[in-house]
Amino acid sequence: MTQTQSAQPDAHTEPTPEDAAAGAEGDDHGEHHEHPSDRQYVKIALILGGLTALEVFTYFESVHNLGDAAIYVILIVLMVLKFIYVVAWFMHLKFDSVLFKRIFVAGIVLALGVYLVMLTAFRIWGV
Amino acid sequence: MTDVADPEAAMTAAPATGHETPAHPPTTTGMSHNKVAMWLFLGSECLLFGALISVYMFAKSRLPAGEIGPNDVFDIPFTSVSSFVLLMSSLTMVLALSALTRGEERGFRIWIVATALLGGTFIAGQVYEFTVFYNLGLGYTTNIFGSAFYTLTGFHGAHVTIGIVMLMSALVASLRGRLSPRNAETVELIGLYWHFVDIVWILIFTIIYLFPQ
Repeated sequence: MTQTQSAQPDAHTEPTPEDAAAGAEGDDHGEHHEHPSDRQYVKIALILGGLTALEVFTYFESVHNLGDAAIYVILIVLMVLKFIYVVAWFMHLKFDSVLFKRIFVAGIVLALGVYLVMLTAFRIWGV
Repeated sequence: MTDVADPEAAMTAAPATGHETPAHPPTTTGMSHNKVAMWLFLGSECLLFGALISVYMFAKSRLPAGEIGPNDVFDIPFTSVSSFVLLMSSLTMVLALSALTRGEERGFRIWIVATALLGGTFIAGQVYEFTVFYNLGLGYTTNIFGSAFYTLTGFHGAHVTIGIVMLMSALVASLRGRLSPRNAETVELIGLYWHFVDIVWILIFTIIYLFPQ
């Protein structure tokens, strides 16, 4: 049996951070349930451009008055948002099989594990 | 209904409506094994870049005072433009795939060339950046920061370069009439790789360039 793709979603549907944060909510049994329209892709790109502009804004000295800790938090939030938008919409994880999300998340968790192990080497073992 | 035991029939059964799935033969999992393999590869790439970023952060924290470091060489406005260029290449990549799945060959070729050009612009920017850094006194073996920085961003640049080669291969395949909506999955896999390279740069740009030094 061939798999067929459902119709594209409503081109007027606005992508929201909640949608992106929801990430891949595909089912276990297949792929290609629906794909965004070109208009939605452009909206995502505009959001990504805006987030990048906010990131760069933190570079300016005036914003540094917030303190390094606040800058770290702001930059990490913006970075994670951009990451999720690209993975969920451009890489279609939001629409594809949940297996792909699990595989990718496993890689990310392992990568974070590598970083944390190195961090413990500095802070606990005194390398 | 298509006979599952006949992959050829399965490949040719879907009508070209412009919205059909890039077809692939039925598999035991019901999913494209090529796509599963690509996601496994990308998962393993997370480990590679996770390790490289970790090493960079370690190296930066151990940079002796007085040696040339990030504050002496980074040009944030320039790198911001490069980052924006690479980010927009992800848009042109999805538009290329979208055009191909609709059977719009001309649109596909325009967007795939645009993606390659944006990727090439990013690489040109990286070469320029490396040249400037070198002239400022930061060579690969100058200090631990230089080694870690060039290794991390160099590996990323190599990935972008490989991506450009794949994009041009897809363009050549299209010009030879070997790409159609039915085998658009090939382009989808290239797109997954390209977007992955983009998200790695999202991490590098923030962690390496923008985090307070």
